[in-house]
Amino acid sequence: MSNLFGQNLGVINLGLDGFADVIEAEGGAAARVDWRPPAGGPDAAAALAKLAGNPAVEAANQQAFDRYLASQPVLEGIGIAGETLPGMGPRHILHAGPPIEWERMAAPVKGAVVGAILIEGWADTEDAALELAAGGEITFEPCHHFDAVGPMAGIISPSMPVVVVRDAVSGARTYSNLNEGLGKVLRYGAYSGEVLDRLRWIGGTLAPVISKALEKTGGIELKPLMAQAMHMGDEGHNRNVAGSVMFLKTIIAAALNSDSSREDVAASADFIANNILFFLNISMAACKCMLNAADGVEGSSMATVMARNGVEFGLRISGLGDRWFTAAVEPADGLFFAGYSRDDAAPDLGDSAITETAGIGGFAMAAAPAIVQFVGGTSATAINATNEMTHVTIGRNPAFTIPSLDFVGSPAGIDARMVVATNTPPVINTGIAHKEAGIGQIGAGITHAPMECFEKAVIALADTIK
Amino acid sequence: MTTETKFFPNHYRDSVALMRMSAEIAGLPGIDEASFVMATEANIALVVEAGLLEEGPDPRPNDLMGVVTGSGADEIEAAFDAAGEALASTEGNRGGGAADAVLPRSLDAALDGAPASNLALISCPGEYAGAEAMKALRLGLNAMIFSDNVPVEDEIALKSFAAGNDLLVMGPDCGTAIIDGVPLGFANRVRRGGIGVIGASGTGIQEVTCQIDRRGGGVSQAIGTGGRDLDERIGGVTMLKAVDLLAADPDTGVIALVSKPPAPAVAARILEKAAAAGKPVIVNFLGWRGDISAYPSLTFAGSLEETAHLAVAAGDGDLPPFEIDPMPSPAPADGHCLRGLFSGGTFCHEALLELTPVLGGVWSTSPVDKSLTLNDPWTSRGHTVIDLGDDLFTRGRPHPMIDHGLRNERIVKEAGDPSTAVVLLDVVLGHGADMDPAKAMLPAIAEARELAHGGNRRIDFVASVCGTGRDPQNLDRQEAALRDAGVRLAPSNVQAARLAAKVLAETAGGAS
Repeated sequence: MSNLFGQNLGVINLGLDGFADVIEAEGGAAARVDWRPPAGGPDAAAALAKLAGNPAVEAANQQAFDRYLASQPVLEGIGIAGETLPGMGPRHILHAGPPIEWERMAAPVKGAVVGAILIEGWADTEDAALELAAGGEITFEPCHHFDAVGPMAGIISPSMPVVVVRDAVSGARTYSNLNEGLGKVLRYGAYSGEVLDRLRWIGGTLAPVISKALEKTGGIELKPLMAQAMHMGDEGHNRNVAGSVMFLKTIIAAALNSDSSREDVAASADFIANNILFFLNISMAACKCMLNAADGVEGSSMATVMARNGVEFGLRISGLGDRWFTAAVEPADGLFFAGYSRDDAAPDLGDSAITETAGIGGFAMAAAPAIVQFVGGTSATAINATNEMTHVTIGRNPAFTIPSLDFVGSPAGIDARMVVATNTPPVINTGIAHKEAGIGQIGAGITHAPMECFEKAVIALADTIK
Repeated sequence: MTTETKFFPNHYRDSVALMRMSAEIAGLPGIDEASFVMATEANIALVVEAGLLEEGPDPRPNDLMGVVTGSGADEIEAAFDAAGEALASTEGNRGGGAADAVLPRSLDAALDGAPASNLALISCPGEYAGAEAMKALRLGLNAMIFSDNVPVEDEIALKSFAAGNDLLVMGPDCGTAIIDGVPLGFANRVRRGGIGVIGASGTGIQEVTCQIDRRGGGVSQAIGTGGRDLDERIGGVTMLKAVDLLAADPDTGVIALVSKPPAPAVAARILEKAAAAGKPVIVNFLGWRGDISAYPSLTFAGSLEETAHLAVAAGDGDLPPFEIDPMPSPAPADGHCLRGLFSGGTFCHEALLELTPVLGGVWSTSPVDKSLTLNDPWTSRGHTVIDLGDDLFTRGRPHPMIDHGLRNERIVKEAGDPSTAVVLLDVVLGHGADMDPAKAMLPAIAEARELAHGGNRRIDFVASVCGTGRDPQNLDRQEAALRDAGVRLAPSNVQAARLAAKVLAETAGGAS
């Protein structure tokens, strides 16, 4: 039976706002849509018409989102990349973002590749490393192809230690490298002696200390730790101060009780204590774990990967598992360290947008009042930034609640359809690398995922739907 | 250039706050670079790396360090003073205000917030309206599509989906509806009652509902179908559905149907459905020449006003038979022309149907006789009746119901033509229309009169006002203002057309 008459007319008004005023004045109810033309051209519009409100897509998204919510990432231990990452070969180098060949790689990524080749001992000099990299003997592949993630250049070579996160629900594992700290570091393309020495120390000292500590503690459940950090002012991407402290607090006694030497534990504790981003990589592996759980649901438009390689931005969605939808990437806008400006900035880089994909980072800006300067300096603008993302998300994650929003869950589960339909690109908090290799971080700020990736994904998904 | 370093002991600020402060200090007069950081080993290394200092001081992690490069010592001192003030300030970033309300950006999100909604009113640009309407239908909402320029294929898809899901699609290009007493789009505030109106045009619905109101009757529902619904390609899906809805609606006692002549097959389907409605149905397919004897249970009306009259009479309205002045004849002499300048498409069409037989041909952009199509719509010839709400005129201009500028210009232009003797107008009130049409029109009418007077001529103005006493513009006030300005008023559009013909005949007769 029709539901039109005698039901207390409730109108959703999309377009001329004056119509809603009249409806309200005449005793009807009017919900207003802040409508904007969808992104993309006719192809995207046709795809949206097919996908919007489509019961198959709705059901698939709910299934993907429920799997994401149910996932329970546990920090299980530390492994060596070449031995631990399934399928990683002896001459593999993994990088951030979507696939890219050596010739087109961004300068900071090339710098980090040189560093990795030197660390691996495949070459002795910078020139020899460059020659080797260009020679076709090394296989470059995205971290994501190995269920791994790495911030900025995201370089993982076979001898590097990786954190291993296991999903207690499915048993599936995800990985990330260990964070090197600030300043001259490999992930920003630096490969000087001190950078390589630090990496060797991480592999030889820090990784075993953490590994042995984790054997004592057993696995560490990561969602509660991330949730607590959000209550302490982290958003989990640009700010990981609380998470890093919490991590150190969690393992320090176990480290002291392990058979690691007192000197090694002390040096490791000092390193973690002085690295406000140490927890980022662990959190990224946890985010990857939750999103892998959501992957592979036929018909789902939920984003499972957003990642940048310094040249292109790459998106993957659950329903089209292994396909990358890419677009050129621009440098982020932000605040720069003294002496640098946007002119010095490399295009956006790194797998760390996995945090936003998982509903933290920029999506949880309202949880991190200390860094609201990125979005204009007031708590209200930070809350607006988080609220803006509710337009493109499937739901909220009750595991990650935001105190300033009365503990509502963080908006999570990016629906590619909604990104295009509302022309609202996902926000990403990010560090900014110098465009030349080796100079390192020159700022931090906010950027948005390029709309083109979402348009392509929506069009491709519509092709698979009858 | 000088560079100086200063420590602010035991001050902590977050690095992001300090980056912003650095940028602000660097923007002060005479300052080249400024870096404020917590004086940790790593931060000092960054300042050295950036080239601000050749050699870093020893780390003092609990102290805040400022390094400023500027043109002179005074400038640098002023910069450090400003930094000190900023650090000592307890004002914070006040003035940011509360966060914005979160308005939904999509139909789905709006429905989440208002789950009891049952209709989407869509007035975005036509190229997007079809997709939005389909979303609405998929979400279980009925749809009113105010937007025009929606492709016919979209309309077919929308209406067949709606038909299969017990939903109603009003439009595209549906300007007017009244559902449960709530006016949607351009609608009048009419009394509620037992007459359900279904119309293919917005102004047709407005005239019928207002004429019902003038007779003390009331409207249960008014449903717009959109102008193309009775086209062969669409097949009258919405009108058929609307007849079903009104037949089943306990608050509707009488049904009135208004549209231009449907395609023959569509007309038959609709009239069969109407004959089976189990309620009195008044039909006005303006100018339709079909066989009415096949539908003895239906009542056919000749004008919008008669449609309203018969509908009220068929209900409990105690009305005399419908009688209005007949159209005068014979045709007036040449050289005295009528110019009908309409803002409503159906008003224009009804006037053309009335006037064409007696005036021996009326030029128009949409004439009864195609050979009388105006080549240049901006210039009248002979008797001309045009709809200024037509896309031909409104490209880049607001619709003349909303803004009288377009029609006012044309009124003045007609006055400059010596053959113009009578100007016939419609005046539409209600939501969405100009808030005081009489006030908007009178200066142009006065200017036109003056222009004619200068040429030793006379122009008569004839009009009808479509509206009610409860409309925001108020029917009585509008009629009084027009009458005071010498405009001759008729109580309906059809009567205005006849009055205009009569005035024209009198003028021509008086002149000859």
